[in-house]
Amino acid sequence: MAPPAQSQRSPSPSQPSGKSEVSDLKLQLRQLAGSRAPGVDDSKRELFKKVISYMTIGIDVSSLFGEMVMCSATSDIVLKKMCYLYVGNYAKVNPDLALLTINFLQRDCRDEDPMIRGLALRSLCSLRVANLVEYLVGPLGSGLKDSNSYVRMVAVMGVLKLYHISASTCIDADFPSILKHLMLHDSDTQVVANCLSALQEIWSAEASTSEEASREREALISKPVIYYLLNRIKEFSEWAQCLVLELVTKYVPSDSSEIFDIMNLLEDRLQHANGAVVLATIRVFLQLTLSMTDVHQQVYEHIKAPLLTLVSSGSPEQSYAVLSHLHLLVMRAPYVFSSDYKHFYCQYNEPSYVKRLKLEMLTAVANESNTYEIVTELCEYAANVDIPIARESIRAVGKIALQQYDVNAIVDRLLQFLEMEKDYVTAEALVLVKDLLRKYPQWSHDCIAVVGNISSKNVQEPKAKAALIWMLGEYSQDMQDAPYVLESLVENWDEEHSAEVRLHLLTAVMKCFFKRPPETQSALGAALAAGIADFHQDVHDRALFYYRILRYNVSVAERVVNPPKQAVSVFADTQSSEIKDRIFDEFNSLSVLYQKPSYMFTDKEHRVPLEFADELGNLSIGEAANNVVPTQMVEENDKDLLLTTSEKEETKGSRNNGSAYTVPYDGSSTSVFASQAQIESAVSNPTLAGHSPQASFAIDDLLGLGIPATPAVPSPPQLKLNTKAALDPSTFQQKWRQLPVALSQEISVNPQGVAALTAPQALLRHMQSHSIHCIASGGQSPNFKFFFFAQKFEESSNYLVECVINTSSAKAQVKIKADDQNTSQDFSTLFESALSKFGTS
Amino acid sequence: MISQFFVLSQRGDNIVFRDYRGEVAKGSAEIFFRKVKFWKEDGQEEAPPVFNVDGVNYFHVKVVGLLFVATTRVNVSPSLVLELLQRIARVIKDYLGVLSEDSLRKNFVLVYELLDEVIDFGYMQTTSTEVLKSYIFNEPIMVDAARLQPLRPAAIFMQGTKRMPGTAITKSVVANEPGGRKREEIFVDIIEKISVTFSSSGYILTSEIDGTIQMKSYLTGNPEIRLALNEDLSIGRGGESANDYRSSYGSGAVILDDCNFVESVRLDSFDMDRTLALVPPDGEFPVMNYRMTQEFKPPFHINCLIEEAGHLKGEVILKVRAEFPSNITANTVVLEMPLPKYTTRASFELEPGVTGQRTDFKGANKKLEWDLEKFVGGVEHTLRAKLTFSQDLHANITKEAGPVSMTFTIPMYNVSRLQVKYLQIAKKSSSYNPYRWVRYVTQANSYVARI
Repeated sequence: MAPPAQSQRSPSPSQPSGKSEVSDLKLQLRQLAGSRAPGVDDSKRELFKKVISYMTIGIDVSSLFGEMVMCSATSDIVLKKMCYLYVGNYAKVNPDLALLTINFLQRDCRDEDPMIRGLALRSLCSLRVANLVEYLVGPLGSGLKDSNSYVRMVAVMGVLKLYHISASTCIDADFPSILKHLMLHDSDTQVVANCLSALQEIWSAEASTSEEASREREALISKPVIYYLLNRIKEFSEWAQCLVLELVTKYVPSDSSEIFDIMNLLEDRLQHANGAVVLATIRVFLQLTLSMTDVHQQVYEHIKAPLLTLVSSGSPEQSYAVLSHLHLLVMRAPYVFSSDYKHFYCQYNEPSYVKRLKLEMLTAVANESNTYEIVTELCEYAANVDIPIARESIRAVGKIALQQYDVNAIVDRLLQFLEMEKDYVTAEALVLVKDLLRKYPQWSHDCIAVVGNISSKNVQEPKAKAALIWMLGEYSQDMQDAPYVLESLVENWDEEHSAEVRLHLLTAVMKCFFKRPPETQSALGAALAAGIADFHQDVHDRALFYYRILRYNVSVAERVVNPPKQAVSVFADTQSSEIKDRIFDEFNSLSVLYQKPSYMFTDKEHRVPLEFADELGNLSIGEAANNVVPTQMVEENDKDLLLTTSEKEETKGSRNNGSAYTVPYDGSSTSVFASQAQIESAVSNPTLAGHSPQASFAIDDLLGLGIPATPAVPSPPQLKLNTKAALDPSTFQQKWRQLPVALSQEISVNPQGVAALTAPQALLRHMQSHSIHCIASGGQSPNFKFFFFAQKFEESSNYLVECVINTSSAKAQVKIKADDQNTSQDFSTLFESALSKFGTS
Repeated sequence: MISQFFVLSQRGDNIVFRDYRGEVAKGSAEIFFRKVKFWKEDGQEEAPPVFNVDGVNYFHVKVVGLLFVATTRVNVSPSLVLELLQRIARVIKDYLGVLSEDSLRKNFVLVYELLDEVIDFGYMQTTSTEVLKSYIFNEPIMVDAARLQPLRPAAIFMQGTKRMPGTAITKSVVANEPGGRKREEIFVDIIEKISVTFSSSGYILTSEIDGTIQMKSYLTGNPEIRLALNEDLSIGRGGESANDYRSSYGSGAVILDDCNFVESVRLDSFDMDRTLALVPPDGEFPVMNYRMTQEFKPPFHINCLIEEAGHLKGEVILKVRAEFPSNITANTVVLEMPLPKYTTRASFELEPGVTGQRTDFKGANKKLEWDLEKFVGGVEHTLRAKLTFSQDLHANITKEAGPVSMTFTIPMYNVSRLQVKYLQIAKKSSSYNPYRWVRYVTQANSYVARI
């Protein structure tokens, strides 16, 4: 406390600057030190108070150390406490003087009054002076055995403090094992809780160097300890309950009846008024049921009401913390909350960070039955005085439009936004209409009629302007004056500050030219000239590229710049599902509030102890394969795929219309020629032309982005697998622990495969037909996790595979472990080829 | 596990500062204050209760204008820490009687004493006022409660009801009253915060009641207490959607969507006769929180009309009717309404002869404000405002203004009809008859009428 560093701060009138007051105090303390006059304690109290108040406001009073210690020979407990506080604060910076206090603290540790024993012991351990640790061991040892629970409670924390000052002294004195004994036998629950906290910290810190410590750490989550704590949970204080619940999260029950026992025992914790207890309980429930899809689903239903109650009771701060967790659950399983959408309506007086969460939740839960109301509500916010929130509300409407099948009504709303004539509303709405058209080209007629009425002069924001220009280019055949609007934009080239807009303008003029050549020719010429002269490298490069490709062959240019487009079915999500899963695993922690996993904001040494998730433990072995994913789950999968966010989609989407790239282009003729050859081959290949995704790959490569062209389907290698391989789960688990990862890679899953992966079962049967067997599977959309195994034909050599498939990114993360490392590459090829055939056969 | 705890004044001064683990640099209070003060350059957005600066996580809650802050480097449960901060504020209030910058400054030694027992080396030990009593030796120094803005929600009882002893709720749990005798009394407050959104056509879009039964006990010897609620109270709306209003409006039954309880409540007979049994610990605590979406009669009906009245002119007519009985009076009623952004002037016209009403046009954020000190049940009040605009409105005037939002406090009235039927104190002595106060209050949480 009392940061000495702050002492130079300019003092406010209520805060004396220090110097003279401190020396004054020093004098007065000295006078009182030896006095035995009646009432001297009262005068001391006044002086001590002054000292501590100076300390708090940041005045350095460490020079009084000697006098304070002299004055502390008293039986007045209030004085003693103030003195302890002072000493604890300054001992670290005055290690020599701290020695002075040892004597009276040690004496107090043997006092008759347990209060004084406890207080003295706490202060003794709080000195944080390394060369005094030898004086700690004795009092701590007797403190742990004290008959009074207050003293034991303090002593346990004292052990932890000692560990932080000198780990070796603490370990040598065998304190951890005493704590372990106390944890399992003490009658006082706060002593037990403190032992648990201390042991978690000590053993986690030791685990990196000591085998034994890591065993002890694991023993904390063993069945006997967990059951012992769970059975007493109601005796613990609410804070200690949180501690125990957190520990239980890491426990892996052996079977489902155990899971249900634990859940039944903890059921009433969900009705607790303390949000921390409820969230800790929910985490236990969620973790325990991860592999039991239907029960997991029930848990969601079950925790809904308590969470909503917590959100609406308590302080705004607490309610925010709970709401963030609710947000996480809503994003994972929106269908569970779709009838509760009214709870996510924003209230006018809520802070922006709450409104933002609620907007995302409203977007997520929108479905056929509630969309009308939700969109109506969101439209109210669009006129909100809080402009950032108004903008986000409009974006939310757009996102809902993108994830709905019947967008009719929403399109009308969006078009109404365009007519509201508020700059920011128009800007946001334009961007949305553009995205909407990319997904639902059939709406072009209605949209274009309205967009055509918007004067480009009223649109200033680069993103919106780019969107408008994109539409002008894309739909120039439907918009009467498109060439002329573009022409006037080109004329004002120099006034356009955003490179993004200029890039779009180039492309749009090109597209317009292909559709209406006579009207656009002059604009195109002007645009290319301006573009080539542009100081911005990307704009310059693109203009030059267009110019050269036009000169080479106009029809090739058209096929490159304006190929027939397939509607975008899925916009990419900004956050990978791996990250989302990490955050979910860290439920009831800051990760949920920050929306990032802990490794992104915590230093290594401050990671929470006991972070040892057993990968397999989270999945049910064997039986999971028989679980049928409920259809709702599948729907959810679909929706999650459609959850879009603007950032990534911008880059991804532009791949389709060939704009907004940074094009590394060296301008040499050979390179153009080489690229040209590729175009030829790409375009002449009838199967690739136009609508297949491979076509865009080819174009990407032309642009030198280094993205691999059509992924080569590997030919099946020589490796032969045993069709009737068998491996029991425990052997698998053991092998998985022992073997190193032989290969780890990311494989793209073809779109048919993604579509076919509605439930884990589908893939299991398919892989089995390739002699790759599943031992465990689980997860929920969009993330599925599988553990496969295979055996070499006529050999007992095993291959173990962990495969995490993310359906929204269409990627599979594959880890392979093998008994025979030499053939793991062959097996990997085999696996990849089997996976690539999924959904096509 | 937390690293530091501190309380900052509105100006950013340290009132108390306790470092438990020495892991976070000393300047954290200043870093924190600067960050909170300048969260966004435009000053528009307030800082969230939790944020991270250079690997240090800062948690804060605002209580009576003070910032209660905790720091840590570890990825802890945010609700745990925020709950703890709130609880520390409550414990301090229990001891000091009044929580304010002044009372904290006068009693900081006592506060340090509390902090040392509440948290040890960053780990929570106890936040029970009851348990803490045996560890605390400093006597609280009382500040003059009358001079201070008392802490909500206690403040809401101060006006409007004569039955309440004014200072009772600002009494420390440890201080003795003059004469050395403690007055035996117990307070049970039913506090309901209501949220209603009216559509432009006046029908209810959403409504919710968030209620708390709060208790503050000054009983010696901790006798057991039985609190009986409405017998027809039911909890959980089963398969019904939470937003389905068809249910039982006016039928008498009180249906809670959900509720939660403080740890020490025994619910043995709750299912049978809706009775809560508990041994109230010293200090203030919520016995039960509940949430209700059952339809209720909104206490105020708002009618707002805004229209153009000639070139660069507009008119607003705002009518509010109190729908509660005339023996009840709401106080501190405020209505606010954003006006079109080109509004330069607004002139107001109140009903002839009314007193205790105040109107204002806030030029900076183009807001109309209407304060009514008192609002008697059954009465309707009207405000007319003539607006002058600096330029033509582009769109429909209704799209440029509103919504109307309202705040109020209605003492001795609750909309849910949840009631404490009786409050029984189990102590077998005929002479023992402590004061029991059961108080109801309704407050606006978000009360909005769209136009």
